[in-house]
Parts: sequence; structure tokens; C-alpha cells
Amino acid sequence: MDTTKQTETTGSRSFSGNKGYILKAENLRAFYGAFLAVKDVNLDIKPKSITAIIGPSGCGKSTLIRCFNRMHEVTHGARISGKVLLDGEDIYTPGIDPVSIRTRIGMVFQKPNPFPTMSVLENVVAGRRLTSVLSKRTEMEEIAEKFLRQAALWDEVKDKLKQSGASLSGGQQQRLCIARALAVEPEVILMDEPCSALDPIATLKIEDLMRGLAKDYTIVIVTHNMQQAGRVSDMTAFMMMGDDRAGGLIEFGRTDQIFTNPKDKRTEDYITGRFG
Amino acid sequence: MIKSKTRVLFRLGDKIFPKFTLICSLIVVAVLVNILIILFIQAWPAIKESGFSFLVGRSWDPVKNAYGALPAVYGTLLSSILALVIAIPISMGAAIFLTEIAPSWLRSIASFIIEILAAIPSVIVGLWGLFVLVPVVRNPIESWLGTHLGALPFFQGPPFGFGFMAAAIILAIMIIPIITSLGRDVLKSVPGAQREAMLALGATRWEMISRAVLPYGRSGLIGAIMLGLARALGETMAVTMVIGNGYRITASLFSPGTTVASKLASDFSESSGLSLNSLIELALILFIITLSVNVIARLLIWRLTSVKGKAD
Amino acid sequence: MRHKSARKWFNLLMLGLNSLGAGIAIVIVCLMLGYIIAHGLTFINLDFITGSAVPAGQPGGGMHNEIIGTLILVGLGSIIAVPIGLFTGIFLSEFGTPFTVSVVRFATDILAGVPSIVVGVFAYAIIVKPMHSYSAFSAGAALAIIMIPVVARTTEESMRMVPGSMREAALALGITRWRAVVSVVVPGALAGIVTGVMLGVARISGETAPLLFTALGNSFGYSGLGSPIGALPLQIYRYALSPYKNWQQQAWAGAFVLVVLVLIISIAVRWLSRKRRV
Ligand SMILES: Nc1ncnc2c1ncn2[C@@H]1O[C@H](COP(=O)(O)OP(=O)(O)O)[C@@H](O)[C@H]1O
Ligand SMILES: [Mg+2]
Repeated sequence: MDTTKQTETTGSRSFSGNKGYILKAENLRAFYGAFLAVKDVNLDIKPKSITAIIGPSGCGKSTLIRCFNRMHEVTHGARISGKVLLDGEDIYTPGIDPVSIRTRIGMVFQKPNPFPTMSVLENVVAGRRLTSVLSKRTEMEEIAEKFLRQAALWDEVKDKLKQSGASLSGGQQQRLCIARALAVEPEVILMDEPCSALDPIATLKIEDLMRGLAKDYTIVIVTHNMQQAGRVSDMTAFMMMGDDRAGGLIEFGRTDQIFTNPKDKRTEDYITGRFG
Repeated sequence: MIKSKTRVLFRLGDKIFPKFTLICSLIVVAVLVNILIILFIQAWPAIKESGFSFLVGRSWDPVKNAYGALPAVYGTLLSSILALVIAIPISMGAAIFLTEIAPSWLRSIASFIIEILAAIPSVIVGLWGLFVLVPVVRNPIESWLGTHLGALPFFQGPPFGFGFMAAAIILAIMIIPIITSLGRDVLKSVPGAQREAMLALGATRWEMISRAVLPYGRSGLIGAIMLGLARALGETMAVTMVIGNGYRITASLFSPGTTVASKLASDFSESSGLSLNSLIELALILFIITLSVNVIARLLIWRLTSVKGKAD
Repeated sequence: MRHKSARKWFNLLMLGLNSLGAGIAIVIVCLMLGYIIAHGLTFINLDFITGSAVPAGQPGGGMHNEIIGTLILVGLGSIIAVPIGLFTGIFLSEFGTPFTVSVVRFATDILAGVPSIVVGVFAYAIIVKPMHSYSAFSAGAALAIIMIPVVARTTEESMRMVPGSMREAALALGITRWRAVVSVVVPGALAGIVTGVMLGVARISGETAPLLFTALGNSFGYSGLGSPIGALPLQIYRYALSPYKNWQQQAWAGAFVLVVLVLIISIAVRWLSRKRRV
């Protein structure tokens, strides 16, 4: 109960501070069967910003962002209640096609998952090609180049476009997955611990890339690496599991504020490392 | 309304494609159900005419329109069970060898060679049986058994070569690779921790196998044997070519005999009217027998895998 | 001390006996394959491939028509079985509910265990009898029934081996479910699916029992899907049981052709599945 109240107050406070938002969660709850995994989240995300979601593992970070592009319901028995507004419109309104939502809100996963049966080039255009009727070969190449450049990968793979996507290094694969997500031209990109499977140098490249992308895209990144959240994000949301094992939003605010002057004792404990 | 970038066509696909795959799956189910129904309908005149006497009758006489299935059922069960007696020790040994004893380089190549045996068409095994195995069965096997163990009812009569003995051996050869490879898969699924626990108690390798591995995989191994049995019961060509086509019930393994499958293979195209209906009734009996054995075997193997799933 | 060495000897004895089992199995394969290949090689010649059947007792002749017949029947069986088996496999791995999956999978497994001669009787009853004619089509249908479970189960198994992250990646790009299956999952499972089809082809190309009262045999060559048709295994069976030396020799030559086909497919399958594992 306590958690819920806290969430609502912090939620509305940050909302009043920032009028414009592109993505907004209202009283969002996520279930796996009967199990309540995420409880009463209220959160709004400004366009062209980077929002980090931090918190101990198992607190529902992945579950929460998977609700944002309706990937949550792909899991058997998973469902939600509450609302997720994209440009003011609830993406869970009956009759709305989850597939079309996912072309507007892209996703990058924890483990790089390029399609191994497709070449680098085919990987980039995969989403485009498979969501619309076949387009021309030359057009494909143009598109691939454009988004590989955006993902800061072009120089490294321009001679390897015909090779399998699985033949690249881990960091390159992850940037390939980012290029693949960008090529669908989404408005929001969700990233679920995109660097946790990568070495520090590859991590740094992805972080640079994210800062650049934030000029054109809205990014929501889940990370359990607080330094990373501090380095890349404008806003930070801290989540934690309550006594009922359901994860809830504890505090949400500007990243510098969360890290230097947290309002909630639990946030402070977590970021100062005094946590479990 | 949120505007969609995807074309209507693709959204339609999400409705149609799963339904289409469901329809294909239902075809498979329908074929199975229809086999039962059609065989029953086609056998009905014979069932009505012969009734229970079909199951216990001992002669097959199209002239008198008297049909009894007993010798064929007897031959089927006798040859399959004999085949199991021969095949079980060999294939269990081979499965144990392939998972527990052989060095790793030998495992895959030896498995491959044994699996080739399963892929050789039945008619070719029969050809080999006819020209290579049958003469060997006649002499030395049957003549030796006849002279030395001729007092036993199983080894009486002249050594023909063609008969239950040859059929059982050929069936054993055909089911050895099946039982071996299924048994190998079962043994492979036994967790390494089970083996280590037994070894840590100071067990020898054989003690580990016999007290940890085999008990753990028991129901799966029985399932593998049952699947081998099901295969032997329905095997047709190779048996038809070596069993000698005698429609009789005798204890002697030297005697020519018949199985349900070989009776169908040799008589079906020359039959009509009630004798054809009776043959279809034979096919129905064979279907029901193999179906039951298969169901039991599947349940045994499934139980093992689901227990394993829970343990993980 | 004595107790310990007794255990040791018993251990060795039992290990030896089990290895003997594997040894026997391998020796049987070598004896059979060696005999068929050696024997078949001495009787195979160009005439066997290009010539037609000759009347009993005459020299020469071959199984040209039967080889063509087998190719037609295997093609026919595959055309029917591959789509049905493939889509059934896709259903089992992607679209089924737990209940429908267990029903369909059970049916597939049981269908795989139906004796092939019973399938022949079934095809006779539903096609040959109503049409009043033995036919290539009825034989193709019977072979398809035998092939479907093989294709379905290997398709299902290899699609299940495609990691779930591939499906998620596709869905997150806004690709529709069916398109993700067709363009991402199926290509990922292709090696396994091809293996299944090849195993199915190997299986039905040697099947004889279901052809006995569907294809019947036809030594004058192909004369339409509605007419009887010759097949290699069928002719091997008839010639093997004949009293004529020339025919028996041709049976061996035919056996050689079939065995080589099966061997090639087995080796290719092994090669494919090894590549898949890496
Ligand atoms: N597919 C699932 N089925 C059931 N429970 C799940 C599933 N995925 C996650 N959970 C549960 O939901 C909770 C939140 O998980 P998750 O969102 O993955 O946490 P995080 O990403 O913060 O580590 C955990 O308790 C986890 O056990
Ligand atoms: Mg997570």
C-alpha cells in the first residue's frame, strides 16, 4: 500500500514538471497468470530523451518495458491492467493491432539476437521487408547503409554485408540489432540491458550511440548498472520489489537529482550500495 | 486510431495461417481415425458372418467360406516374441555400449552404422534373408538343434530353413537398431549426477550401470522394447519372404508359418468377396494390436520424459 | 581382497558382454551391406538401368520402368506429404495449444507406428476399390501417409530448437506472427526440415507392402496416375521369389540400387545434422 501511494505522488509530481510526453503508463499492472509482477506504475516519458530504469534484478524492469510495446502478452498467460498511452492514445484499446504498435515502439534485447539465417544487410532491412510488401534491391541497400551509419556500424561492416549476421562480434551484433530496430523507423526504442552481454569497450560504443540517437528518438533503457544510468540518461526510474513480490516504481526524476538527492530512503540505499 | 504501417494482407495472414496449419494437423488425425473406421466398415461383412469363430478358427478356406485368424495371430505373436528374445540382450548391450562404455570417437560412428541397418528397406532384408539366412538356418542351425535338442517340442520336424525360426531371426535383425537407438536416447537422458553419485560410493562401472543408470531409465527402456515389438508385429515383406507360408499352429519353430501381415501380403490381391472382407478384418486386428502396443510404449516413454522435465 | 577382485572381474565380464552386443549388431550390418553391395555389383549393368522386363527365362532385360515408377511414386508421395507434414510440424511447434498439440502429436506418433501393410489395405479400401482400378495415385497416397509423420515430427523438433529470442526479435520489429514463422523460424530450422524430408524419401522409396495392392506393378512403363505402375521394391520382391536365375540376379541389382540410395541419404543426413550442431 505504502509503495503505491509513494509511486502516485512521485508520478504526478514529475508529470506536472514536464508537460509534453510521448509515452505514459497509468496504473499499469502486469501479471504472469495469477502472479502480479509489476504493480501500479505511473510514469511518463518525454520525447527525444533517454529514460533509464534501474533496480535490483527480478523487480520487474523487463516486464515493465515489455508492456510498453505489447511484447508482454507474447508470453503465455501474461496480461496487464491499466493504460499505456502513446501520443495520448491507449495502445491497449481493443481493436488495436499489437503488430502496428511494435513498428512504432522498437525493442533491443539483452542478448544480441540477429537472425543467423540472414546476412548483415538482410538483418537490417528484415523488419521493413517483412512488414511491407517486397521492395527493390537497391532501395534495400540504401536503407541498410543509412541505418548502419546511424548505428555507427557502417564502417566496420561495409565489406561484410553478405556475411551472416551471426558472424559479427558481440558488440557489432548488438549494434546490428539497433540498426535493425531503427530501420523500422520507430518513435520509441526500448532497450533491455543492451550491454550486459558485452565487454566494456563495446559497452562504451553503444552508450555513445545512444546519446547520438536521443536527438531523434525516445529511448527507454533498462540497466542494472547504475554508472551506465548515470552516464547516459536524462531521467531515471527506480523500481523495487515489494513485500508481496510485486515490483513497483519507487522514485522517478531527473537523473542528477536521483543520484545526488534521492527523495526516497530506499532509492538512496540502493544507489549508495547499501542494498541487500 | 493508431495508424498501421503493416498491410492488411499480413494481418489477414495472422488469422489464416495458423488455421491452415491446424487444418493440416487435423488431416493427420483424420487419417488415423479413418483407418480404423474404414477397416471396420470393410471388415463388417466378415465380422457379421464369422463372428467370434473368426478369432478362434484354425483354417482359412475360401472354398468353404470358413475363415479363422488364429494361426496368423499365433504366428505373429510367436515370431515377434521370439524376435524380442533374440534382440533384447543384443540391443540393450549395444545401447549400454554406445552410452557408457565406448570411447567418444567410437560412439557416433558406431551409432551411425547401426542406424543404417534400420534404414535398409524391408524387402532387401528379406532378399538377403531368402538367399543368405535361410540356408544357414536350415544347416547348421536347425539341423544342429534337431540332433541335439530334438526332444524338445520346439525343435522337432525336418529342418526346412523357411519357418518361424528364420522369421524370428530376420525380425530380430530389423528391430535391433530400433531398440538400440531408442534405448541409447533413454540412457543418454539419465543425469550425470546419478552416475557420479554411484561411482562416489565406490561402485565399479558395471555396478554404476546396473544400479544407477538402468533403474533410472527403466520405463523408457521398456518403452523402447515395446516400440520394437510394435514394429516386429507389423513387419511384412522380410517375414513374408522367409516364413514359408504355412497356415498352421505348431510348437515347432522349424515349421513354416504365417503372420497376419504375411497373410495379407500373399493373399490380398487374389481375394474377393468374403475372403477379402476377412483379410481386411485381419488387417483390423493387426492395426488394433500394434495400436495398443504403440500407445503403451508412448505412454511409458512420455512418463519418463515428463519426470525428467520436472527434475530439471 | 578376493571379494574385491571378484567384483573387478565381474565388472569386466559384464562390460565385455555389453560390448559384444554392439559388436554383433555392427557385424550384422557389415555382413548384410557387404553381401548386397558385392552381389549386386556383379549383376548390375547398363541394361538393368535402360532395359525393360523380359519374359521369364529369357536373358537380359532390366528395371527401367520400375526405376521410373519408383521415382514417380516417391515424387507423388512427397508432393502430398511434405506440405501436410511441414504445416503439421509448424502447428505443433508454433500455434497449438497444449491440448491440441498433445492430441496431434499423439496421432502423428501413432500414425508412424501403423504397419505399412495396413496403410496399403486402407489405400486399397478408399481409393482402389471405389475407382475399380489399381493406380499410381493410390500408391502415392499410401506412401504419403507413411511419410507425413516423419516430416511432421522432424519439422516440429527442429523448429523447437530455434531459440525463442529469434521469435521475440521478429515480433518486436512489428513483424506479424505468421511472417515471423515463415521468414525467421522456418529458415532457422531448414536443415532439420530438409533432413526430415530426406529421411521420409529414404523410407518410402524402399516401401513395398503398401504397393502390393495399390500400385500392383506394370512392366509396360508409366501409363498415367490412374493406372497400375511398376516400382523397384515391388519388382525386387516378385523377382526374388521367382524360380528364374536371371530374375533373381536382377533382384540383387535392384537391391544394390536401393541400398546405395539409402546409404547416400543416410550419409547426407548425418552430414547435415553434424553441420547443424556446430
Ligand atoms: N515468463 C515469465 N513467467 C512467469 N514469471 C515471470 C516470467 N518472466 C518474469 N517473471 C517474473 O516476474 C518478475 C519480474 O521479472 P523481470 O521483469 O524479468 O525482472 P528484471 O528484468 O527486473 O530482472 C520476477 O519475479 C520473475 O520471476
Ligand atoms: Mg530483465
